[in-house]
Amino acid sequence: MMKSQNADLDKPLTLTELMRGAAAPEAESTGPRYWRSLSELADDGSFGEMASRAAARAQAAIHGLDEPSRRKFMTLMGASFALAGVAGCGVQPVEKIVPYVEQPELIVPGKPLFFATASSRGGDGVGLLVESHMGRPIKIEGNPSHPTGKGATDVFSQAEILSLYDPDRSQVAVHDGGVDTWERFLRFAVDLRARKLGEKGRGLRILTRSVCSPTVLDQIRRLREQMPEARWHSYEPVNRDAARKGAELALGSPMEASYHLEKADVVVALDADLLGWGPAGLRHARAFADRRDPEAESPLKLYAFEPTPSLTGAAADVRVPVAAADVLLVAAALAKALKVEGAPDLDAKRIEPHAARIAALAAELESKKGKALVAVGDSQPAEVHALGLALNAALGAIGEAVTLAPADELAPADQTASLVELVREIEAGAVDTVLVLGANPVYEAPADLKVAEALRNEKVTALIHLGLYNDETGALAHWHLPEAHFLESWGDVRSADGTVSLQQPLIEPLYQGRTASDVLAALLGQVGVPGRELVREYWKTRLPEENFEASWRQALRDGVVPLPAAEPAPAPPAPKLDKVQWPAPAAPADGEYELVFRPDPTIWDGRYANNGWLQELPKPLTTLTWDNAALVSPALARKLGIEDQQVVTLEFRSSTIKAPVLIAPGQAEGTVTVHLGYGRSRAGRVGNGIGFDAYKLRRADAPWSGPGLKLIPTEGRIPLAITQHHHDTKNREPVKVSTFEAARHHGEGEAHGHHHPDFSLYPDAPYKQSEDYAWGMAIDLNRCIGCGACTIACQAENNIPIVGKDQVLNSREMHWIRVDRYYEGEGAASADNPTTHFQPVPCMHCEKAPCELVCPVEATTHSDEGLNEMTYNRCVGTRYCGNNCPYKVRRFNFLQYTDNETPGLQLLRNPDVTVRMRGVMEKCTYCVQRINEARQNAKVEGRKVGGDEVVTACQAACPTRAIVFGNLLDKESSVSKLQASHRNYALLEELGTKPRTTYLTKLTHGAEAHEEPRHG
Amino acid sequence: MADHQHDDGRPPVLAPGHTYATVTSTISDIVLTRPLDWRWAVGMGIGSSLLLVFGAAVSMLLFKGVGIWGVNAPVMWGWAIINFVWWVGIGHAGTLISAILLLLKQQWRTSINRFAEAMTLFAVACAGMFPLLHMGRPWKFFWMMPYPSTMALLPQWRSPLVWDVFAVSTYATVSALFWYVGLIPDLATLRDRAKNKWVAMIYGSLALGWRGSARHWSRYKSAYMLLAALATPLVVSVHTVVSLDFAASVIPGWHATIFPPYFVAGAIFSGFAMVVTLCVPLRAWYGLKDFITIRHLDNMAKIILATGMIVGYGYAMEFFIAWYSGNPYEEFLLLDARPFGTYSNAYRCMILCNVGIPQLLWVPAIRRNPVLLWIISIFVNIGMWLERYVIVVTSLSQDFLPSSWADYNPTIWDVATFLGTIGLFTFLLFLFVRVLPAIAVAEMRELVHEKHHEHAAAGAAVAEAHGENR
Amino acid sequence: MSGAHATPETPEVYGLMAEFDDPDRLVEVTRDAYGRGFRQMEAYTPFPVEGLDHALGYHRNKVPRTVFAGALIGGLSGFLLQCWSAMYYYPHNIAGKPLYSWPAFIPITFETTVLGGALSAVFGMLFFNGLPKLYHPVFNAPAFALASDDRFFLCIQSRDPLFDPAETLAFLETCGPRSVSVVPY
Repeated sequence: MMKSQNADLDKPLTLTELMRGAAAPEAESTGPRYWRSLSELADDGSFGEMASRAAARAQAAIHGLDEPSRRKFMTLMGASFALAGVAGCGVQPVEKIVPYVEQPELIVPGKPLFFATASSRGGDGVGLLVESHMGRPIKIEGNPSHPTGKGATDVFSQAEILSLYDPDRSQVAVHDGGVDTWERFLRFAVDLRARKLGEKGRGLRILTRSVCSPTVLDQIRRLREQMPEARWHSYEPVNRDAARKGAELALGSPMEASYHLEKADVVVALDADLLGWGPAGLRHARAFADRRDPEAESPLKLYAFEPTPSLTGAAADVRVPVAAADVLLVAAALAKALKVEGAPDLDAKRIEPHAARIAALAAELESKKGKALVAVGDSQPAEVHALGLALNAALGAIGEAVTLAPADELAPADQTASLVELVREIEAGAVDTVLVLGANPVYEAPADLKVAEALRNEKVTALIHLGLYNDETGALAHWHLPEAHFLESWGDVRSADGTVSLQQPLIEPLYQGRTASDVLAALLGQVGVPGRELVREYWKTRLPEENFEASWRQALRDGVVPLPAAEPAPAPPAPKLDKVQWPAPAAPADGEYELVFRPDPTIWDGRYANNGWLQELPKPLTTLTWDNAALVSPALARKLGIEDQQVVTLEFRSSTIKAPVLIAPGQAEGTVTVHLGYGRSRAGRVGNGIGFDAYKLRRADAPWSGPGLKLIPTEGRIPLAITQHHHDTKNREPVKVSTFEAARHHGEGEAHGHHHPDFSLYPDAPYKQSEDYAWGMAIDLNRCIGCGACTIACQAENNIPIVGKDQVLNSREMHWIRVDRYYEGEGAASADNPTTHFQPVPCMHCEKAPCELVCPVEATTHSDEGLNEMTYNRCVGTRYCGNNCPYKVRRFNFLQYTDNETPGLQLLRNPDVTVRMRGVMEKCTYCVQRINEARQNAKVEGRKVGGDEVVTACQAACPTRAIVFGNLLDKESSVSKLQASHRNYALLEELGTKPRTTYLTKLTHGAEAHEEPRHG
Repeated sequence: MADHQHDDGRPPVLAPGHTYATVTSTISDIVLTRPLDWRWAVGMGIGSSLLLVFGAAVSMLLFKGVGIWGVNAPVMWGWAIINFVWWVGIGHAGTLISAILLLLKQQWRTSINRFAEAMTLFAVACAGMFPLLHMGRPWKFFWMMPYPSTMALLPQWRSPLVWDVFAVSTYATVSALFWYVGLIPDLATLRDRAKNKWVAMIYGSLALGWRGSARHWSRYKSAYMLLAALATPLVVSVHTVVSLDFAASVIPGWHATIFPPYFVAGAIFSGFAMVVTLCVPLRAWYGLKDFITIRHLDNMAKIILATGMIVGYGYAMEFFIAWYSGNPYEEFLLLDARPFGTYSNAYRCMILCNVGIPQLLWVPAIRRNPVLLWIISIFVNIGMWLERYVIVVTSLSQDFLPSSWADYNPTIWDVATFLGTIGLFTFLLFLFVRVLPAIAVAEMRELVHEKHHEHAAAGAAVAEAHGENR
Repeated sequence: MSGAHATPETPEVYGLMAEFDDPDRLVEVTRDAYGRGFRQMEAYTPFPVEGLDHALGYHRNKVPRTVFAGALIGGLSGFLLQCWSAMYYYPHNIAGKPLYSWPAFIPITFETTVLGGALSAVFGMLFFNGLPKLYHPVFNAPAFALASDDRFFLCIQSRDPLFDPAETLAFLETCGPRSVSVVPY
């Protein structure tokens, strides 16, 4: 990744620029040609025709077709579009082919380039580096110089690369059900502008998701200036409304709190999934892991009160399952104990069982004042946030561990309210034009708003939808416009902490998509101004002119815009609780339960529903794939006599849905959790019609949880494809757990577990070993939070296919690195609130590998640098190695899993990694292609590969730096140091396989932690 | 000797009153003159229709991939390997009867060895199918054989699978040779008795011009004896190697030193059961009761009983070692997962069929009752299939890391493939009884001769009788 | 098949064939004939008759040593093939096991030994027996078809120095055969 940071500011920057610069238009270079030819094809119309034919058929069929056959049709359409796509991507027009007259600078076939860009989600952003091969982006890494990820990525950013090439993405403009062109729309937009200028923008409404692009915000501001009566509504199903409203209650102005775990010794998470929720989770995870370091003076201690198991709860030293509504009581109890002024007097009966623990916690917080913080989750109501602010103020955390930033004044502070307002206005007939930019309200709005009906209102004469997919909203729209993926477009992203990154296109739009700012530009009378200019224009006004070019290039190169130091924001006022109306804690009626909504851990609010990687990524804790389920506590399941996969009817405020049950240890009794994002009807071939649509239960006044859920068991069964069927460790000890105390004082052995003597009748190395390199990996279980980023990074790097639900049901998933999850604890209580351990398991690259011994054809052998190598084209598929692997990390292509047909996906493949066929075994290679790349670079520069130079895909993605890879012969390498640690142990050491991958004991705060500390 | 037999009340190995001529005609007429009968037609019909099923299953397999079976991770071996071991095991009885009993000069082997050898060949043919078909890329099977490959690679000699390739192919070759050598004189007989010129020419060419010269006989006998001497350790080695496929691994429930002896015993156990299963109807339908007498059934029953006990001992030892070794993985698998886990039913049926039901054979009356014996033999066949199922599936589905445990379920294609090989077996068997003498004629004549001698010179015979009767 | 050639057109005679129906008698006669100095003779029986080969003065059977050699060659080539390919031809680091892992080479060595032995046994036997040989004069003898059924034959060949059509015939007649016939070429 570092190699992208070339010092010279005057190097050509992006492929796009580079091509414009390096080759004259008539001498198109062949390298970039295939991705440029798409637009050319579009110009000469051939693509247009192809696409038109396909889409015309599509639209014709879509209208007046029942739902199932409509879905079926989407499949066909997707396929035909994919063909159109390859016509654009693969075929080179016969004319005007000229070889590299002079090879464009930096473009060396086989050598990847890295470009900085950024992705945004929920109004926050992550800085990224994108690996590009000959103009094809094929892998996403985190941008080390971006404060949010510090080089790490979450599962979503990793999977964006698949979304980019998704053949189901919207590929043509559709007008009133017929295929149309952007040019025609732009003409329409110009007329619209003229008309709306006349009427000051009356009846014009713009609906977006949370916007964090300064350029777009500026465009909207300018639009509002020109059309004062136009309105901007933004709605994101997973939003921070409560936080802002809470701040408004307590501080008088909507502010967004961000938490700095690095500054705290004690963290209390009140239904706050600090580690797993949104891009900020990356920042929290890294800080958390760093503060849990055993060498750290006072390792951070985490308390979690939450209704449903989350990564944060799993990482917590003390986790208390409480209903979502009871979190307020916990906060109030803490507030009283800490003598917060205005702390409410609430009936704490329902949290009685935890009173002692809360008291103890309060005392601890008291003693840790200034080093403690209370985090309140976005899924908690405003009152709790207000209370949280008061608590933090009492703990002296405000301005230290908790910082407050004013929300954007232009954006609606309460998105739900703003959406409600929009709907009401449409119903009132005050709206004739709705511009939906990148949002999908028909699917993702609370059910009670009946957005679909509203948008069908005949007063709305122009519903314009810009989206990556022609989705549920697109189906209603008069105009549907294909949106450009962020990897195809210019733009900018501001993260929650204020850092701004520029987005630059890695590839010309595959499917003639354009961005929201292109559309807004059209309304602003800037038709046809290229996106790059729009962004530059804005930043010209923000960055000092004298060295604008330099800072612009620096921004593009580093991925972070060098902003002039902002003047320090005025300290926020002290929070007051007098204005807060405390809700009366309603005791749940008998037979009624609390319904809790959560964004899906892998497809979020549904926007990634068509992403196969994310669908097949086992969801943390449940290891569920390809589905969502109603999570119920073991206690509730016992009480109702329901079991896994049994279908239940969920009845919530007059809406009902059917959902399969999944029993989730650690779920608060009496609460049922459903995840958003499934049950899509127009997501694409992958995402259509799987799972159930939880939005149907969602209400504008109960966005995250609400009482009064009825749960009626049925006889039905829906098979759920979970990848781990056994929860406990069966008295084995794959994950060793100890305490910080033990680690600090006892030192050797104790925290380590008894060592098995490893003697062998055989000589160590039968064969000459390399004197330079012995590759090895260490995985620090004390850092791993189980997020699964490693799994999906590996999938992206190594061309790992997805296999689909039916194959996962027969446990044939192909992930090279899996994250095992074990529950621990005694008796039935353990099921109700177990301790959770995570363990990423890649290939162990055993020195004495059982798999090698039994392979009849030398398809798996040992390299002199200690790699356990698979030779795919030598494998005949006896699967003996898979049987004989004690770690079961070998994956077999039982069928032809790799999709070699879909052209878009062919572009996606990593050219450095063999694509496997049916009938061969595969497994983790330690990213041997990266090792070899480093080796070649070192050779060219006449040096040895550095001990830490090679970074595997899983290691690069890991938000907590739990995975460390390197050269064991280099005693200075991080991996050597870690393996020298007394916490180091080998999995199933007693088998004498001598793994190269080792683990570091997990540490807890023992005493208060649930189970006694265990020593080996 | 005959007197002795009658004294201890055992039925004779050959019904009295037979001469060279009667022996010859009775057996060879089955092939040459006997008309097609409906039982044969029905059997052949079933066999060949199942053979079609086999064709379908294999085509599907080659077209779609091994994923059409139930195999998964961690249970990467399923029915295919189970069936392979089962068929190979069945094969062993044939070689054992023809080779070991020959060396031990057991007269009673004579009338069943030809048939048993045929069974061996066909069983091995069926067994051989599975290792090939279960591969991910079957068309690359020859990579397991030593040949000058462009990749300069020879097989990985440390892999038990390669041992398997050599063991099974050697076994198939030697069995075929042994069988054919035994056939040569009888083919000559058929040649000389054939009425039809073409039939005579076919058998004649297969007989290689055998004319029964004394010098030929002497070389023939030593070659035959040496083949037997070679086949005897071979048959033991083959199932030992098969057992090493499991024993050489690290998987709990596989990684056990008791496997070789207990697999070999199991093989003989199931093999004799299969011989009984096939002999009882055969002797009834083709009037061979004079040659395959109650004595034969009785002896085979005794062997079934004995080997059954050895197998039972094997099960007991697995238990004991699992407990005694203190290896937590072994303990869990053998003391918990197998008897009480997901597959406990298979395990319990196995115990019943292999250890429980054979105990009935202690009763002589049952041993000598063809029908009961036949039913018991069926149970043993089922039990031995279940044994392989238990070994393969339970061990793999719950090995070291609970995180990767998963259950295994066969698909319709697993079943179709298995039935298909049964079809192949039946087909070949029915073909065999129609075109080749199901009993070794020449050896039967020899037996008649010996009997003749015994009657003639009873007194002298007493001395050698001891040697023979041991 | 013998019937066609039963009547001798050609003057040459392969030998005289005496037919018996008791193996023991055949053995006695053969001994007797051997005692009288006949060497070029052969007996034909439907099953191996004990002592008949010795009666014919046949003692040296080459099959066993052939088998021994075959087995030896088979075993050696098996073992050496493994050593050579694993140690020199293409050495690999397999599970950290030594290149010369002789214990792992034993099973295959054993199998190739057996294979070599078996092949040499069968083909050695056929070779020494001069088989396959689909035509042989003795098939011309009448009723020789029964040699594979229940008759036992002794054939004294004309190339035997002591062979004299009249005397030999007379001698055979004295042995009380079922019949004596001339075996034409």
